[in-house]
Amino acid sequence: MKIIQNGSAGTLESSDILIQVNPNKSKGINIHIDSVVKKQFGDEIRQLIIKTLQTLEVDCCEVSVIDKGALDFAIVSRLQSALFKGAGVDMNICWEEL
Amino acid sequence: MSQLRRTMLYVPGNNPGMLRDAYIYGADSLMFDLEDSIALNEKSTARFLVFNAIKDIDYGNKEIVVRINSLESGIGEEDIYAVVAAGVDVIRLPKTETAQDVLDVEAIIEKAEIKYNKVVGSTRMMAAMESPLGVMNAYSIATSTKRLLGIAIGAEDFVTNMYTSRSADGSELMVARSQILMAARAAKVYAIDTVYSDVDNEAGFRKEVALIKQLGFDGKSIINPRQVNIVHEIYTPSKKEVDKATRVIEASHEAEKKGLGVISLDGKMIDKPIVDRAERVVTLAKAAEEQ
Amino acid sequence: MKNSLCREIPDNILEQLNKKPYSSPFREVPDFRAVGRKVVSVGPNDKKLLDSIDEAIDKTGLKDGMTISFHHHFRSGDRVVNDVIDRIAKKGIKNICLASSSLTDIHYPIVEHIKNGVITSITTSGLRGELAEAISRGVLETPVVFRSHGGRARAIESGEIRIDVAFLGVPSSDEYGNASGERGNSICGSLGYARVDSRYADRVVLITDCLMDFPNLPGSIKQVDVDYVVVVDSIGDASKIASGATRFTTNPKELLIAQKASKVIVNSSYFKEGFSFQTGSGGASLAVTRFLKKHMLEDGIKASFALGGITQPMVELHEEGLIEHLYDVQSFDLYSANSYNRNRKHHEIDASYYANLYTKGCIANKLDIVILSALEIDIDFNVNVITGSDGAIRGASGGHSDTAASAKLTVIVAPLMRGRIPTVVKSVQNIITPGETVDVLVTDRGIAVNPRRQDLIDRLNKAGVPTMLITELQCLVESFIGSPKQNEFEDEIVGIIEYRDGTILDVIRKIKEV
Repeated sequence: MKIIQNGSAGTLESSDILIQVNPNKSKGINIHIDSVVKKQFGDEIRQLIIKTLQTLEVDCCEVSVIDKGALDFAIVSRLQSALFKGAGVDMNICWEEL
Repeated sequence: MSQLRRTMLYVPGNNPGMLRDAYIYGADSLMFDLEDSIALNEKSTARFLVFNAIKDIDYGNKEIVVRINSLESGIGEEDIYAVVAAGVDVIRLPKTETAQDVLDVEAIIEKAEIKYNKVVGSTRMMAAMESPLGVMNAYSIATSTKRLLGIAIGAEDFVTNMYTSRSADGSELMVARSQILMAARAAKVYAIDTVYSDVDNEAGFRKEVALIKQLGFDGKSIINPRQVNIVHEIYTPSKKEVDKATRVIEASHEAEKKGLGVISLDGKMIDKPIVDRAERVVTLAKAAEEQ
Repeated sequence: MKNSLCREIPDNILEQLNKKPYSSPFREVPDFRAVGRKVVSVGPNDKKLLDSIDEAIDKTGLKDGMTISFHHHFRSGDRVVNDVIDRIAKKGIKNICLASSSLTDIHYPIVEHIKNGVITSITTSGLRGELAEAISRGVLETPVVFRSHGGRARAIESGEIRIDVAFLGVPSSDEYGNASGERGNSICGSLGYARVDSRYADRVVLITDCLMDFPNLPGSIKQVDVDYVVVVDSIGDASKIASGATRFTTNPKELLIAQKASKVIVNSSYFKEGFSFQTGSGGASLAVTRFLKKHMLEDGIKASFALGGITQPMVELHEEGLIEHLYDVQSFDLYSANSYNRNRKHHEIDASYYANLYTKGCIANKLDIVILSALEIDIDFNVNVITGSDGAIRGASGGHSDTAASAKLTVIVAPLMRGRIPTVVKSVQNIITPGETVDVLVTDRGIAVNPRRQDLIDRLNKAGVPTMLITELQCLVESFIGSPKQNEFEDEIVGIIEYRDGTILDVIRKIKEV
């Protein structure tokens, strides 16, 4: 999937995560994480983001997250939503591949 | 009818904390909403959240319902594909007016079940009526498909469509409630009453729950977890009722063992509806105990 | 050296402080005399009323290296602590030991005073806000000694804490030092923590914004214990000293936990006519009262007393005849503060009477049931209420360990996780209350009973109240949140946690900056 525009999803409420996805001018993936549980889960969150990007075959984008203690399912959801918005896709999603 | 649906807890589909915690309050069914409680620009985001929640979170034996957007809105179809792929138990239609509305949604559900290798027919349906036309068509809606297991009223919109407003005694809902109940019983599906929004008014809530229980509703839609226990309490049969029901069931088993066509208890004849009711009473009592 | 809870207590700390490592809740037997204050004679011509706090600091002879004390009855509305320490600093006095009964987020100015060498050691029940963060990061060179309320009273009475000057803010006083918490411009109700200081400090200075005619009786602090009285414009923010009203929480999760906890209590053998209990002042802990009330009315059961921080709902239960006596060491709202006037059986008690193990019987000894909260609890039921999941200090020992040890049934109420932070862990960051004094954990997702209480497990099973193993709860929470990375600490010790008997439970280490 190609990220052609900015996409964001989520909120700053407790247990949620705000994710912003931008096209990357240079190649590759840049991830910036700001989290209330950065010490305890910063690495796990990073790995989860990378895995989700791989599943969606996104190899070039900037991801910036502000996490308020979201669980994995919420992180993945917000990231998926932001990525699809960034790719300009809102229908006919291949749900079975997510 | 064995699944209890005394309480259907509304959970806004865009709230991760509530989706995570919905399980703990003991409601019989959990309804994740993609429709009215979600702002237009959040619809697709909520869809992803509900999709992943259903897939990843262990909700035990709770029935998972998703209220999708209508097909008219243009986004209902994607909702259906997402939640069927995730493995939802029941899809609830908003603003149902005719049996065709149900069939149109069913057609897409079937396509999705085939696409995602689910057993065709495994996704059940519920329909909510929110307009006079919908209420009038309750019976044909309730009998439109075998998937449909229950019908409900959406009171706020209904009342607005009737050119009146909600009141404490609920007289404006009298006709709608009666119509929905009759249709549900005639079609042998569940009847679920509408939400009670005045969360802090416990006395008012209790009064309404007692009323709808007496009318014959199977359960109520719940918008605040604090309401769950109250409904369960009111729907829990008294010891007297349970004892009587147990005796009825025993009498019925006795008659069956002896090969008798007629069941009798205390000199009175007991016919099938009474046995069915006794079984419901015992099921409700058991569920209350397990809580 | 490892104590009985397997916590490593550095030998040099034990030597320096001349203390033993924790062994068991009732192991230590005291063998010493109480230490009194310096005797002073105040004659008929001596005047106590001074013009300013500055004058009081001079007249008490406060010098470098001395110990000062305060109470925390004014909570986040307090102005006294910051004002007094500012003035001490301006006079160039240094190396002061601060022995407050507790400190809150309002006391962040103390960080500067630490950096300037004015305050060089602290003992308290708790720390919060910027002050706590700074100390977690090593701003204070000597470790803070954390004591429970009962433990602080013990330490004062045994001479371990030698208070040179106690600066006690009081809602009202006369010119001779008869002070009350029930009358004044900003009332706070009980002055229970201040009373101990008033009897043992060498010098006692009362600070009030409401001077009453002599004699200001009935009162909590007595003229025979007071050296000086100073009148100021304002002792603090009245609205934060005593809140308007304490209401039960409406948070559905807290109510769920409270309901489950009340089910445990009602099915224990302790819920019977004349039982006694203590709850926290808010959240799920206080809400248990709401559900207990229902059962008390249904079963016709009255409580003989309620203890602790007293709030409006407790006073109302007392006034409805459901609780016979109230023992109050801290009044949380105006309704409780005003209750003494009309309720003869609402008793103010001091910290020693409340929870000091080294007395001939503190009231906590008579407690049947206590309901407490927790930041963390581990699979041995040890409880942490002082450090957060990141290892930083953010709470207080309070009466937690005192009441947990004394009560017949100790119930901890807490959500299984807060956001992504687990409450149930394999091993808590720091221990405030040893697991052997904790009986039941009630969470929103399950109830776990300490294996030591097979009697409770049997009773609850018989009553149809399902229980789980605490290890199951710990696995359950990890299935939600994943496995958190362990915090990293420096070797340097920033806090020492003392048990109520003076033995050492645990140490808090400096957070490693990543």
